[in-house]
Amino acid sequence: MPIKSYLVHPQESKKHAVIEMLSRMQQCDVVVAENENILVLVTETESKEEEANLKEALEKIGDIKLMALVSGFDTRKKI
Amino acid sequence: MYTSLQTNRRDFIKKMAKLSAMTAAATMFPGIIFAEEQEKGIPADTNLDWKKAPCRFCGVGCGVLIGTENGKAIAVKGDPKSPVNKGLCCVKGYHSIMALYGSDRLTQPLVKKGNTYIKTSMKEALDLVASKMRETIKEYGKDAVSIYGSGQWTIPDGYVASKLFKGCIGTNNVEANARLCMATAVTGFLTSFGLDEPMGCYEDIDYADTFVLWGNNMAEMHPVLFSRLLDQRQQRGVKIVDLATRTTRTSMAADKSILFNPQTDLAVANAICYELIKNGWVNNSFVEEHCNFSKGLTKMGYGLEDNYQFTDKPEAISFEDYKTFLEDYTPERVSVVSGVSVKDIKYLAAHYGDPNKKVMSLWCMGMNQHSRGTWINNLVYNIHLLTGKISSPGNSPFSLTGQPSACGTVREVGTLTHKLPHGVVNNKENREFAAKIWNVPVENIDPKPTYHTVEMFRALDRGDIRFMWIQVTNPMVTMPKLKRYRDAAKKEGRFIVVSDIYPTPTTDIADVILPSAMWVEREGMYGNSERRTQYFEKMLDPPGEAISDTMQLIEVAKRMGYEKQFYYKDETHIEEIYTEYRKHHEGKKHNLAPLEVLKSQAGAIWPYVDGKETKWRFNAKYDPACSNGKDFHFYGKKDGKAVIWQRPYEPAAEEPDKEYPFWLGTGRVVEHWHTGSMTRRIPVLHQAMPHAYVELHPEDASRMQIKTGDKVKLTTRRGDITLPASVNERGVPAPMQVFVPFFDENMLINDLTLDSFCPISKEPDYKKCAVKVEKV
Repeated sequence: MPIKSYLVHPQESKKHAVIEMLSRMQQCDVVVAENENILVLVTETESKEEEANLKEALEKIGDIKLMALVSGFDTRKKI
Repeated sequence: MYTSLQTNRRDFIKKMAKLSAMTAAATMFPGIIFAEEQEKGIPADTNLDWKKAPCRFCGVGCGVLIGTENGKAIAVKGDPKSPVNKGLCCVKGYHSIMALYGSDRLTQPLVKKGNTYIKTSMKEALDLVASKMRETIKEYGKDAVSIYGSGQWTIPDGYVASKLFKGCIGTNNVEANARLCMATAVTGFLTSFGLDEPMGCYEDIDYADTFVLWGNNMAEMHPVLFSRLLDQRQQRGVKIVDLATRTTRTSMAADKSILFNPQTDLAVANAICYELIKNGWVNNSFVEEHCNFSKGLTKMGYGLEDNYQFTDKPEAISFEDYKTFLEDYTPERVSVVSGVSVKDIKYLAAHYGDPNKKVMSLWCMGMNQHSRGTWINNLVYNIHLLTGKISSPGNSPFSLTGQPSACGTVREVGTLTHKLPHGVVNNKENREFAAKIWNVPVENIDPKPTYHTVEMFRALDRGDIRFMWIQVTNPMVTMPKLKRYRDAAKKEGRFIVVSDIYPTPTTDIADVILPSAMWVEREGMYGNSERRTQYFEKMLDPPGEAISDTMQLIEVAKRMGYEKQFYYKDETHIEEIYTEYRKHHEGKKHNLAPLEVLKSQAGAIWPYVDGKETKWRFNAKYDPACSNGKDFHFYGKKDGKAVIWQRPYEPAAEEPDKEYPFWLGTGRVVEHWHTGSMTRRIPVLHQAMPHAYVELHPEDASRMQIKTGDKVKLTTRRGDITLPASVNERGVPAPMQVFVPFFDENMLINDLTLDSFCPISKEPDYKKCAVKVEKV
């Protein structure tokens, strides 16, 4: 059951479009920076398979310039 | 926001993931704001009790709201009613309440027996502290006992410490760690204006057109204030100029970054003054009406030897003398020594000189931790005085502080060897005034200052001091040339008491460890950089037997026979202490707001006169203490005039040579607050910045075949240390310079630093010594 967080850099003037798109995805939780063109994205999926599918879907969003992984957890393991 | 322990593990992990990303974003984008997230992150379906407090960490003094439930702090958010931060928080503020809940909080007093610590009751521990003090005084005299406090002391903590030691015991062995960070700002203000603390306030940010940051990495050290600068740039197109020795996140966010060679800010400031005069940018009527010219002694030394003494001898000079002196500081000459181009010196002077621009100068440790720190403070005031850009909205030389109450407690209560709450110990009237309020014979107050901080630890080494009580500070990480003072504290016949909330390298040298109540686990006040006094109530119970530093001092005072002076009742002692303390500052020049006002709003700026704050001191339009009938009145000086000082450039105490060819500078990082004793116990912050490192310039690294992560050995005349390298990461030092943050107790960079200090302020220079750099 992976949980990951990313820094998402939208294409110029596409911040709102990216927020909207990510907000529609059930596994995504978005935190918006008020004064910078950047979002924090936290993803939560039930399996590695679902995680891979989500990653693929995210990579298809053309309004995202860059996504940088910050942290990753798997809740099956003790941390 | 902080998640309560009740939250399930998966939610907790999710929150950790989110916070990690937000922390990463904060380090990449100085001043980034996630304000909405603060509101959203607060646990739903809770019945939170929100109460206001100033933030526990830096001297900006952001207002925070703390949400408590069932006796635990479970959420924190910026206080939208606070004029300081207007609802924002930095990454440390967001996580501040987590610092209350580290797993190794000190909860019970510990007494050293042989090589182990034995748990004891608070009553027995305080009995022991009082009896050891009495014994030491009996055997070695009153000047053999001392207290070393902090800019994190609340106002009542510092007040009772000063009253006990100076008023009752009769020793001036009272110092605080603000000597290591703010003493220079104090002597700068006193020599130029006769009164301490900035004349302006944060509201200046809303009016200034140009901001010149003198050696001040605001993006990391004062991120909320820096976000206000960035906000003004977005709204009004203001200019931010970063004048520094190292490229930092502040440089990257600034409109212009100018690098100067270490110590040569003195020459650059004089060159700016030269240009102001040469180009006719001096506000002649202001200078004639409101300024005097003076010079002091030069070649003062650097305080490297024990018992070093220095007293400046000011001598009046004329404006013409001053102009002649500045002939040595043409941009062309200064460019050679400073490395700053002639064009950039003229650029700076043009900003200061433009009559249509309001200019704010901001500084912190770069100018204060400087072996000629008082001088460079004076020189920046010179620029503002020559142009008349002072004490009016947007025209403001502004010294920032690093601790929540460096101003409120150390500078205003006066917890330094030479100070009293009002005035200084060597002034008879000031002693009489304090003695009357303290209810002690005036003879109790010794007219002679004893030891400033470095000398106090040297005295401990020599055996002149035998007992030291350290509260809310971690000198075994922060003292320069640390090894000498660590060894000193371990010597036979020394008795060390440490009051703190966590184990630190300083508790390691203690004979008695007293667990303290932290921040909102007790009631108190802090005073921030803009003269704002802020109150916080007790919101939580401290763990175990921990009690406030104020109560520890009161209890020891009573045990030593001073019940009459320490008459305060348990339930009302903070109110009683504050009411008594206010008497020291009565009058239009420093009146403090009544407690009910501090309770009802996000603090108040002093002087608080007739129910109003004084936002700009010395300006008759805003300051009711002005009484000379003119537009400005620098009433800290007898003749009502500020002083423009002739101060030359002089080299640092130790400069690179053949054997030690690099400069070593030290400092802080955004994730950790000072020695990291609190922030390193906050998992997100610790993970974001787990250990110290040494920054090198890419050219030096390439020549020495050093990559990020490689082990690098640093050696100075004091010792050596091995750290991982950082190349082209967060900060980039200039060629032949290295930078190391000091937050990491496992990599004590202060074992290498030099204990040279400004002869006037006695504040050490942590920014400059010579070091050898080798790849391991």
